[in-house]
Amino acid sequence: MADAGFIGLSILTVGSAIFALESREIIYGAIALAISMLGIAGFFILLDSPFVAMFQIAVYVGAVAVLVIFIVMLVRTEALFSANEDKGRRIAGLIFSLLMMVGIGVLLFSSLFSQAEFSPVMDKIVNKIGNEMLTYYSPVFILLALTLAGAIIGALSLARREDSDQHSETSTPSTHFEKLYLDTKNEEKEQV
Amino acid sequence: MTELINFVTVSLILVGIGIYGLIVKRNAIRMIFAIEIIANAANLNLIAFSRYLGDIQGQIFALFAIAIAAAEVAVGLAIIIIAYRLYKDIDVTQYKYLRG
Repeated sequence: MADAGFIGLSILTVGSAIFALESREIIYGAIALAISMLGIAGFFILLDSPFVAMFQIAVYVGAVAVLVIFIVMLVRTEALFSANEDKGRRIAGLIFSLLMMVGIGVLLFSSLFSQAEFSPVMDKIVNKIGNEMLTYYSPVFILLALTLAGAIIGALSLARREDSDQHSETSTPSTHFEKLYLDTKNEEKEQV
Repeated sequence: MTELINFVTVSLILVGIGIYGLIVKRNAIRMIFAIEIIANAANLNLIAFSRYLGDIQGQIFALFAIAIAAAEVAVGLAIIIIAYRLYKDIDVTQYKYLRG
């Protein structure tokens, strides 16, 4: 049977995953998602793969969670409470996911994996990962770098506002602050 | 002692939670949360089986999967920002022009 650390970690991970989806305010949900990802990193450490655990913390807790929290803060707060999910859909989702879990769980526990034991711990894991990544997997590594760069540039160009490029002397003021700025400018002209 | 089946069970529960979220939630950011939970469960499975087989390939695969998931989140959140700018809402049922 599992030991106490494993059980605590799984309760933390699963509980905060549920809270991420069900919390009233979405900002707490984002923080709970980050905690759930920390729990996953803890599982990686339990599985003797510390490099992947550090990568997980750096990418998910460091980058993705911060990005999500920024987006949540950018979106107007009333829009976040528009929780028009109907009851039938909720029950259907619960039944579907429970059925899936029970089905796969029955298959899993009746299979040979239920008695499977781990092989002995590998040594020099980071060395091996580095070797593989820069020899056999080097094309994948380069492709991954290009994909990441493309995704970031794509995200930036998607989220860019078209109208903020042209300067606002001739165009109509679009935001409140631009209007204020133009008003003060006109007043200055009149004074001169 | 924790064995393979414990980790796979936790991963299974996480996938179930993620699928529940994808079905029930109509809020775009919550749907991204659900996708992230599913991706994390898949990574946990990869690492658990890598440990079970005593093979390093699973860990390398998980590293690539984490990086791809980060790119996916960046693009997904940018799309949410644009959709929010167009519709002033993040409820996916309001995105009428995105329907096929």
